[in-house]
Amino acid sequence: MERSDAELIAAVLKGDAASFEPLVEKYSPRLFATARRYARRESEIEDIVQEIWLKAYHKLASFRGDAPFEHWLMRMAVRTCYDFLRGHQRNRESPFSDLTEPESDWLDRFVAQPETASEHAEAAKQLVARLLEQLSPPARLVITLLEIEDRSVKEIAKLTGWSVPLVKVRAFRARAEMRRILARLAKEKYL
Amino acid sequence: MNLEQLQTILLAAAKANPPGDRVPYAFGKRILARLKDQPALDLSALWARALWRAAAPCVALTLLLGVWSFVGDSSNSADAAMSSGEDFSQHFEQTLLAAVDESEDVW
Repeated sequence: MERSDAELIAAVLKGDAASFEPLVEKYSPRLFATARRYARRESEIEDIVQEIWLKAYHKLASFRGDAPFEHWLMRMAVRTCYDFLRGHQRNRESPFSDLTEPESDWLDRFVAQPETASEHAEAAKQLVARLLEQLSPPARLVITLLEIEDRSVKEIAKLTGWSVPLVKVRAFRARAEMRRILARLAKEKYL
Repeated sequence: MNLEQLQTILLAAAKANPPGDRVPYAFGKRILARLKDQPALDLSALWARALWRAAAPCVALTLLLGVWSFVGDSSNSADAAMSSGEDFSQHFEQTLLAAVDESEDVW
């Protein structure tokens, strides 16, 4: 019979470390998907998820059980990803002159006929990844959570530990930052 | 170029292409191995470490109070001590043994 999260957590807290493995198996796919939003290299992604699990294990006693374990784990995941972004923000501002041919073609198509530029194209996916990499850590986090994952401001406040007004301010600044980067892209490519 | 529209399309592209949730082979086993490599969480050891850390400030505080009481005592004039007739230790002894003295009176 499959044991519930609460039973597994209770067993781990009693010293049965092996009971932690079913939790790792169950929630790792979600954590890998989250980490892949903030890091590109698989080695970095694996390091992030590993760190989340080690933190979760050591802080398991602080899990009160009044909310689902997944929520508690996701808060830890988002904060670890944010720490990763802050620790790797060197060389953020890279020039757009090194766009690949498909990216450049996709942009040309967008300029000529915006309605024909598909969001499903691989080039669009690469471009947005490039764009997000140039955002500051708080801007990237808030854009990812708010615009890409469609989370509410309240949810983001819970996940990040920021206050609701701070999330709103950071969202406003993040959108402005994104527009500035896009303006730079337009200037570098077409002027 | 319409930057607003470009931003909307690019964000839609990010939404339309969620990252994969593939987990590397035997990842769970590796996490467990990492956890076993780390020293076990020993509550008594943590408690002992906290007590040892607290010992140094306690010793320092004791020494400070000792020095303070010694300096305070010596700075008091001998006349003041004589006029009071008794020193602190006598007061302390009287207070401590007050109950015993009372019981002796009853008997």
